[in-house]
Amino acid sequence: MLKLEHVTKTFNPGTVDEKVALNDVTLHIREGDFVSIIGANGAGKSTLFNAICGSFFVDKGSIFLAGRDVTMMPEHQRARQIGRLFQDPMRGSAPDMSIEENLYLAAGSGSWLTRITAADKRSFREKLSLLGMGLEDRMKQPVGLLSGGQRQALTLLMATYHVPKVLLLDEHTAALDPGTAEKVLKLTRNIVEDNHITCLMITHNMQSALALGNRTLMMDQGRVIYDVTGQERSRLTIHDLTDKFRQASGHVLDNDRMLLGVGAHPHAQSAGQTEPNEE
Amino acid sequence: MSFDKILGLGQTALELGLVNGLTVLALFLSYSMLNVCDLSTDGCFTLGAVVGTLVAIAGHPWLSLPAAMLAGMASGFLTATLQMRMGVQSLLAGIVVNTALYSVNMALAGNKATLTMNKTTTVFTMDKSLLKDTSFSGQYILLVALIAVALVILFLCFFLRTRLGLSIRATGSNADMVRSSSINPSFTTTVGLCISNAFTALSGCLMAQQQKNYDVNMGSGMVTVALASLLIGGVFFGKHRSIPLRAVGAVLGAFLFRVVYALALRLDMPAFMLKAVSSVIVVLAISGPYLRKQFPILWKQVPLLWQRPGERREG
Repeated sequence: MLKLEHVTKTFNPGTVDEKVALNDVTLHIREGDFVSIIGANGAGKSTLFNAICGSFFVDKGSIFLAGRDVTMMPEHQRARQIGRLFQDPMRGSAPDMSIEENLYLAAGSGSWLTRITAADKRSFREKLSLLGMGLEDRMKQPVGLLSGGQRQALTLLMATYHVPKVLLLDEHTAALDPGTAEKVLKLTRNIVEDNHITCLMITHNMQSALALGNRTLMMDQGRVIYDVTGQERSRLTIHDLTDKFRQASGHVLDNDRMLLGVGAHPHAQSAGQTEPNEE
Repeated sequence: MSFDKILGLGQTALELGLVNGLTVLALFLSYSMLNVCDLSTDGCFTLGAVVGTLVAIAGHPWLSLPAAMLAGMASGFLTATLQMRMGVQSLLAGIVVNTALYSVNMALAGNKATLTMNKTTTVFTMDKSLLKDTSFSGQYILLVALIAVALVILFLCFFLRTRLGLSIRATGSNADMVRSSSINPSFTTTVGLCISNAFTALSGCLMAQQQKNYDVNMGSGMVTVALASLLIGGVFFGKHRSIPLRAVGAVLGAFLFRVVYALALRLDMPAFMLKAVSSVIVVLAISGPYLRKQFPILWKQVPLLWQRPGERREG
């Protein structure tokens, strides 16, 4: 479904700030895969997503989406086939516009001069009610009045309104409080499973990295250093992941949030072991 | 001051307010909706005036309106192209186009700074002869201006609810989201600026024809005046009101600005103060909310003014 071949991207080439953000990344994501991606800050996780979306053009290599070479396709044209959520819930919707107007742009059907019809509103209502947040009764309200969790749920709905070829989740629950984060994560899981969406998810929560999906990637210094799936993955614990990281990268995983994630939950390891089996 | 005189002043303020209101509506689209401060407004206003004047002098008063609007669109297209496709910063693009438009306007008028239309048939004189024997004969300017403003407001109300109009609003609100909806923000910005500049030019065209005179400097400071009007209108119908109300508010702001200006003139304020007044209004309207938020902090810092550095002690 999504294929990256020898993708390389260097920022600020030829200066003291030169940084190889993606270093010869080759990746093949199969249709229906749910891939979780972990790695330290600056490992290139978000850069990988930016490359896939076309926020910049890559220096070397090619990107294929559903069999089509999109390497040089501009961002807004690729967006038709790619859904993306950011950590910041404010990024995915226009605050000054109402819920239904936001959805109408995401639905994006018809010519430039069409307007929201009663049928559109019915279908928005139906989809919004699936979120279980009461948004279907607030369709005329500006999105700026919604809470972070509600906005992220709305963005999720907008990003998957037309089932995308691939859905990119960039720590999309990290800015939400734990209860809301769990709710949004559950919604994500439902929508992804119901529509069989191929999905890549960046997370700092190692537990959900192992619990969600069928494949886990670990990135460091612009490379994919560990790619695990199937039997091996289901036996993996969070402790194994940090060990793997040390072996593969040669240094300790120095991400505060991830380390805290291990330390803060004494039972995290056992949870990590059991949850994949529930999948 | 007699009642008739007040009425007369009110009517003049209304006429000028409505004609200027078209520029305010243009800024409503570019500044409030698209979130672009279009500094080419001054030049574009004058461009509309000179094109309208030339076409009217050539004997086509009706044709002068679409001609002016087309010229405005071209100017808007240029501003948008500079900032969206050629890497010129948004404000600078407007200033550059504004500067260039001075030469264009001079060239179009045949190196003349003024053109008069004393004997020219304009949309206003045509309207005047149409209303000659009716009871509205004194309101012929008002009628034309009112129709133009009403049409533009109707257009905006319809347009801003279409998919294209919504995309333009979204571009001003969150360009990332527009991109992820597979819409090119460069395209929406270009369309928005073309339309808004068409209205600015129409405004200039009507202004010149109403005053039967074109002057190459008639647009100077227009962006500040229009912005002041827009912000005054926002006091009555602010950000959380519906689009039609906000559009009406923009025109209301233009009218009130003219009323205040007319009153100030009655109080012997010299006419050249208009631009300073509009600048102050813009500054007050924009920095007022900011200063109000800062005030508690500033207030707490006042006692520090009497202390020398390092003198501050606990308790």
